[in-house]
Amino acid sequence: MFVALRDLRFAKGRFALMVAVIVMVAFLVGFLAALTSGLARESTSAITELPADRIAFSTPDGAAADFTSSTVSAQQVKAWADLDSVRSAEPLGVATTRISASGQTVAATAMGVEAGSALVPTAVPAEGQAVLSKGLADKLPGVRVLEIGGRSFEVAAVADTELSFAHTPVLWMSLSDWRAIGLADSSSSDIATVVAITGDPAKSVPQMTAMTLSDSRSAIGSFSSENGSLLTITGFLVAISALVVSAFFSVWTVNRTADIAVLKALGASGSYLVRDAIGQAALVLVGSVAVGTALAWLAALVAGSFLPVVAGATTLLVPGVILILAGLVGAAGAVWRITRIDPHAALAAR
Amino acid sequence: MDLKLSDIVLTYPDGDRELTAVDHVSLTIQAGTTTALLGPSGSGKSSLLAVAGGLTRPTAGTVQIGEEVVFGPDTSVAAAAKVRLNQIGIVFQQPQLLDSLTALEQLELQAHLRGRKPKSARAGALELLEAVGLADRAHHRPGQLSGGQRQRVAIARALWAKPDVLLVDEPTSALDHERGVSVVKLITELATRTGAATLLVSHDASSLGSVDQTIELVDGKIVCADLVA
Repeated sequence: MFVALRDLRFAKGRFALMVAVIVMVAFLVGFLAALTSGLARESTSAITELPADRIAFSTPDGAAADFTSSTVSAQQVKAWADLDSVRSAEPLGVATTRISASGQTVAATAMGVEAGSALVPTAVPAEGQAVLSKGLADKLPGVRVLEIGGRSFEVAAVADTELSFAHTPVLWMSLSDWRAIGLADSSSSDIATVVAITGDPAKSVPQMTAMTLSDSRSAIGSFSSENGSLLTITGFLVAISALVVSAFFSVWTVNRTADIAVLKALGASGSYLVRDAIGQAALVLVGSVAVGTALAWLAALVAGSFLPVVAGATTLLVPGVILILAGLVGAAGAVWRITRIDPHAALAAR
Repeated sequence: MDLKLSDIVLTYPDGDRELTAVDHVSLTIQAGTTTALLGPSGSGKSSLLAVAGGLTRPTAGTVQIGEEVVFGPDTSVAAAAKVRLNQIGIVFQQPQLLDSLTALEQLELQAHLRGRKPKSARAGALELLEAVGLADRAHHRPGQLSGGQRQRVAIARALWAKPDVLLVDEPTSALDHERGVSVVKLITELATRTGAATLLVSHDASSLGSVDQTIELVDGKIVCADLVA
């Protein structure tokens, strides 16, 4: 990279402009990916972070799995528990409701669990008690008693997790309380919304569908549409950014045609020219994307207190790597063309 | 080592017919001597130089350095580049210096192209820059040098690797007469000192007093060859 490094030093202004654009693109792509990931977590974490392997939904007549329409009976829970390779099968009530306390009303998701369940981050609340997630406790600071569906619940504990479902914070209560406040279908004998299964059942219970925790996100209506939209936006942004970065390096490399012709005439091999040009592009890309991604990570940390962002390594690094690869492909395409130029003709035209 | 061009023919497609730029030219340049190739514009001088440097494949004929045939109609681009790197120094009509490199770095680049550390070439490069009168301009970029200085850097660059053959294309075209004479004299002196067989293309016979032989090319053919006394 003898020439490439000196080009960087010589054309500071041009490279500063390229670096600034790539930093901004990497920041934008990284922050949007963090926001998409954060919104997805806010919509699904109460399910994806359950200490279980699968969620079983009632899907009568081939209906799609859906937290809104699924209801399970005690017999269905037992049928899952009796299957080989299933270590435990627990009924789990999941329903969005309104909570009143200290004169304010907030939306939350009530999750009903049986006594002794391992699905609650703390001890299972007794009847008449509720365990709040950290996010809900933050919305209702200092509240000791709250009202749901006309019944009062004492706050037994606050879990040290920010779990939420469909963008609402979660609280846990006993399954009997969950049914009593009208969150289950009172016209049937069904006891809960879904079955949380630990184990890997080889077969299914009739009229039901078991899914991994990750797949069961698609059963949350708001998640599918929202995440689909955000992923589409992120995908388009990554694709457009990749094209811009690729075009940048393509144009830059073509601008070096005359210098590359001189190097060829002096006897530089094709591999030397490729190493020089690709090395230069890699240096600029990796440096700029690293700075942009680091800025996105910092911004996500700062915005984490008021925006649902997840600044995970994978979330931020994957779009960054895509940008780097796209830029290198653009540079490689241009280098491939210019290493085939006739140095005699190129020098004559210079 | 001597440079020997044997029965070189170079044709270009020109519409429905073929244009013959070099027509059965043979010549030998002995090591340490300078031969000037004269002729009017379009006579085939630069085309012959491009063939001698492996920048253009001849339609027929061969180029030898010493006993080895280095270029012919079937020579690959990669093989030609390797010969240029190891055995040939070229000074182009325009200096063709890289804008981002200082005069010293233009020479150090030659070491880098050969897989050596550029700094290992520093002493030799400074010596050559001194030989062309530019020691005090070693850290200047092309934009900070005059036309004559740039041309002298290009000459030093071509000679850095002590090539067997030095090819020089119209080195005086951008210079006034006095500077032209001085640049040709410098080339012939350095060619003698380094033992390079030097082929120098020029259209200005008045600046060629220091060369060993002149050859005149017209319509791609040698019409006159004179040893300078």
